Amino acid sequence: MTDLAWIHGALTAARPQAVGALLRYFRDMDRAEEAYQEACLRALKNWPQKGPPRDPAAWLILVGRNAGLDGVRRQARDTVLPPDEAISDLEDVEAPLAERLDGADYRDDVLRLLFICCHPELPAVQQVALALRIVSGLTVPQIARAFLVSDAAMEQRITRAKQRIAQRNREGAGVPFEAPGAVERAERLAAVAAMIYLLFNEGYSGASDPARAPLCDEAIRLARLLLRLFPTEPEIMGLAALMLLQQSRLGARFDAEGEAVLLEDQDRGLWDSKLIGEGLALIDKAMRHNQPGPYQVQAAIAAIHARAARPAETDWENIDALYAALERMQPSPVVTLNRAVVIARLKGADVALEMIAPLEERLAGYFPYFATRGAFLLQLGRGNEARTAFTRAIALAASPAEAAHIRRHLDRLAAVKVS
Amino acid sequence: MLYTLLCYNKEDVVWSWSRAEDDAVMSRLSVVHEKLVKEGKLGPSLRLLPTTAAATLRGNVVIDGPFAETKEQLLGFYVIDVENLDAALDVARELSAANPTSVYEIRPIALYVPEARADAPREMIKAY
Repeated sequence: MTDLAWIHGALTAARPQAVGALLRYFRDMDRAEEAYQEACLRALKNWPQKGPPRDPAAWLILVGRNAGLDGVRRQARDTVLPPDEAISDLEDVEAPLAERLDGADYRDDVLRLLFICCHPELPAVQQVALALRIVSGLTVPQIARAFLVSDAAMEQRITRAKQRIAQRNREGAGVPFEAPGAVERAERLAAVAAMIYLLFNEGYSGASDPARAPLCDEAIRLARLLLRLFPTEPEIMGLAALMLLQQSRLGARFDAEGEAVLLEDQDRGLWDSKLIGEGLALIDKAMRHNQPGPYQVQAAIAAIHARAARPAETDWENIDALYAALERMQPSPVVTLNRAVVIARLKGADVALEMIAPLEERLAGYFPYFATRGAFLLQLGRGNEARTAFTRAIALAASPAEAAHIRRHLDRLAAVKVS
Repeated sequence: MLYTLLCYNKEDVVWSWSRAEDDAVMSRLSVVHEKLVKEGKLGPSLRLLPTTAAATLRGNVVIDGPFAETKEQLLGFYVIDVENLDAALDVARELSAANPTSVYEIRPIALYVPEARADAPREMIKAY
């Protein structure tokens, strides 16, 4: 007897590799997905009786490939292939196939599958939705819930995204199926890393909503998958470390009422030590390469927080230096805003306020800008201006948790005025 | 006689478990752990973080990732309490200098349960 939960886990884990290989074989996303579905159905039928195969991915690829071919031949009213029983016994073929899959093909199959979802013509949210559907195998309703849209709307978005990619393929401008060169592989990795971090942030920003929280776990799972395929890439280590360290704080980010709790006010005993341990190990490993990049720098910042047992032990000087490095690598008003929070501690809220003033135009629709500005003004005792900033922030809040946090500041300001 | 039981599984599957699934396995295991503690049979036990977090020292060379060869066999292991990967590598280098043909995989620990036998030396070691 094979545990159904084990089968479910094995199918989830094998999916990127199996769909990626089937895509290379059939060169058609719909047919690859159908073949994989068919292989899963046969796995659910066969594995409980015969026991799980040694290499579930190899089994699914072989059975999926035969099932896909079977379908093609049936369509052509050709002779059907031998019955299931004949191909379900994989003792002989499994070993050499598994050996071949360990090689570069497997690596590039998974990367190609992820990269196809990162098509630059697709809006960011569609890239993430497509990856969740194709690579992670989430159902359309699951994805729709995570993005707070109806099932029909999400179905339409995913269908459109797929059509666009298929159209590109017909025009000969799709992702090629040959093994990529070193430069191309690096470019694909960078695009895929960005998409995975986007997926993580979708989950992170809505973590108080249970439907969105699993997006973070999925992003971490995909990063671990990339790490197994590309174990010597420091930026992939940095990406994984960054997400693990941010996710470690999940249990402490919201209070009992669902209100957001600031980093320095969080109960550090609620931080997940397992995720912190893995994140720190990865950033240590990445930094030995001496090839800094934006993910590594952000992970290094998160690691300083994770290593401080109490907020007072935080090495703010070092964090400021890391933000300065990040500003040079990836100039953005959001990075400067983050650095200003550190500057407020090191040099005072007045200096920080001056630093963020030029950002207002570009961050006019950004909740954290006004929340941060309000906090600086509050520290400087400029209550009226703080109220104006908080009022703008609350209008831009993306979640009830964010709004509740600002509401508390406004209530406090109102109370001060009365007394 | 002292034995160590080494647990093997498909890592990509185990680390794909949902929190609920992981908790369910851990709580089933803890029933066995508690029984062994009562019987005075359980020494230190631990759960490792995934191999993606590992580094390997072979001679003077540090390799990203786990020990991947199949020609060598696992002969023993150490649990050490150090600040970071560099400090762990320093310890591995000392061991390697004393035993140059051996390879050392440095793998962080997710969960460390110290010695539970009453007559054994008791010393708490932090997991990281």
